[in-house]
Amino acid sequence: MRSRTYEEVTVGETLPVLPVPLTRTLIVATAIASRDYQDVHHDPGLAVERGSKDVFMNILTTNGLIDRYVTEWAGPAAEVKAIKIRLGAPNYPGDTMVLTGAVTAKHDEDHRVEIAVRGDNGLGAHVTGVVAVRLPRGEEP
Amino acid sequence: MALTEQDGYDERLQEFTGREVLQPRPGPDPVNVPMIRHWVEAMGDRNPIYLDETAARETGRAGIVAPASMTQAWTMPGYAATAARQDDGSGLGGLIALLAEGGYTSVVATDSEFAFHRELVVGDHVGVRETVESISPEKRTALGAGRFVTTRRTYLDQHGEVVAEQRWRMLWFRPEQPQAPKALRPRPAVNRDNAFWFEAAREHRLVIQRCSGCAALRHPPGPCCPRCGSYDWDTAEASGRGRVHSFVVSHHPRHPAFESPYLVALVELEEGTRLVANLVGVTPEEVVIDMPVALEWLDPDPGLTLPAFRPVTP
Repeated sequence: MRSRTYEEVTVGETLPVLPVPLTRTLIVATAIASRDYQDVHHDPGLAVERGSKDVFMNILTTNGLIDRYVTEWAGPAAEVKAIKIRLGAPNYPGDTMVLTGAVTAKHDEDHRVEIAVRGDNGLGAHVTGVVAVRLPRGEEP
Repeated sequence: MALTEQDGYDERLQEFTGREVLQPRPGPDPVNVPMIRHWVEAMGDRNPIYLDETAARETGRAGIVAPASMTQAWTMPGYAATAARQDDGSGLGGLIALLAEGGYTSVVATDSEFAFHRELVVGDHVGVRETVESISPEKRTALGAGRFVTTRRTYLDQHGEVVAEQRWRMLWFRPEQPQAPKALRPRPAVNRDNAFWFEAAREHRLVIQRCSGCAALRHPPGPCCPRCGSYDWDTAEASGRGRVHSFVVSHHPRHPAFESPYLVALVELEEGTRLVANLVGVTPEEVVIDMPVALEWLDPDPGLTLPAFRPVTP
């Protein structure tokens, strides 16, 4: 996996689109991997009782998928400095979340890049947010 | 349930603002490879720095690191505490109980704002302290009426150094009661003698049983002609015009499928037979005996079709 350097990134460039199929297994497996045992993330009957139409993805997983999405583009040398997200429409099983992103700012002093990300599912925006990563400097000339 | 403005509920809730509800204590396990592997497999994250020492060193790191987004997972209480709905003795339990008292029993996370101070490495033991920043007034949301509780979470390592900070917002809400499905009208008692009549009704045809022996019309359907005793019969198609022979206004007993009061009439068809059916498009005060009516079909649900009658000008 190649790493992007700070110099080669430009404000306005977009990240490759990443569709994430939201299988029931993904929603449950990621909830458990994040040690989140709230019943709404694995028990459909109790999820309905609590006012949801089905189990739904937990926020720790949304953080994890956004982390993965940005570092897949930035490469292994990138260090994640911030992940700020707001959730909207829940991620229910059977849907697909499509992740998109664009570089919105560069900070020369600590070679940090900000990327606006969003994840849309069939109901609307599941997540909108900003990720900041510190990228390596390119080779000195 | 609107105890939000009574009993000083709001004041009791606001007492939590600024309060530390979770004192720092190390998570159940230090940062470790098996839990990292479980995480990256589930997330589909193929960044090699989380499991491959060589790849991690090639990026200038001392060794593998944990995904930044996994920071919170190291402090999660786990299955047993969640299943037991255990009050861990922290102020958070007190706040959750107070929210439940207000009916806010369901919860979803809405915002997470993480700033990471350093990457976590295997052996780090992360704890979290949590302070309530604000509790909103009750708001209407798509999920139901609820309150946003915003907290500030500070993640500390085994040396007490801050490794990450998080602003964390959850919506505690009263789940909206799901709409009860509308009750179905009672089913007619269909048998081998009258099935033909209900089958015709499904096709929006009002038929009348006719004796093959003497041509007498009869309703309700039966196996044998009351006039000549013949068991042979066929049907005639009714014109759908008739008159109100008699009627009742039903107030009681109430049935959830009907809007009370409703009209039940004995309609005399112009062919001469009578049948029981609802009257529609008319109020109890307006109905009179001998009022001319015309057939109209009711399809109250996919499994039921019945004739009804509506007043017409003669």
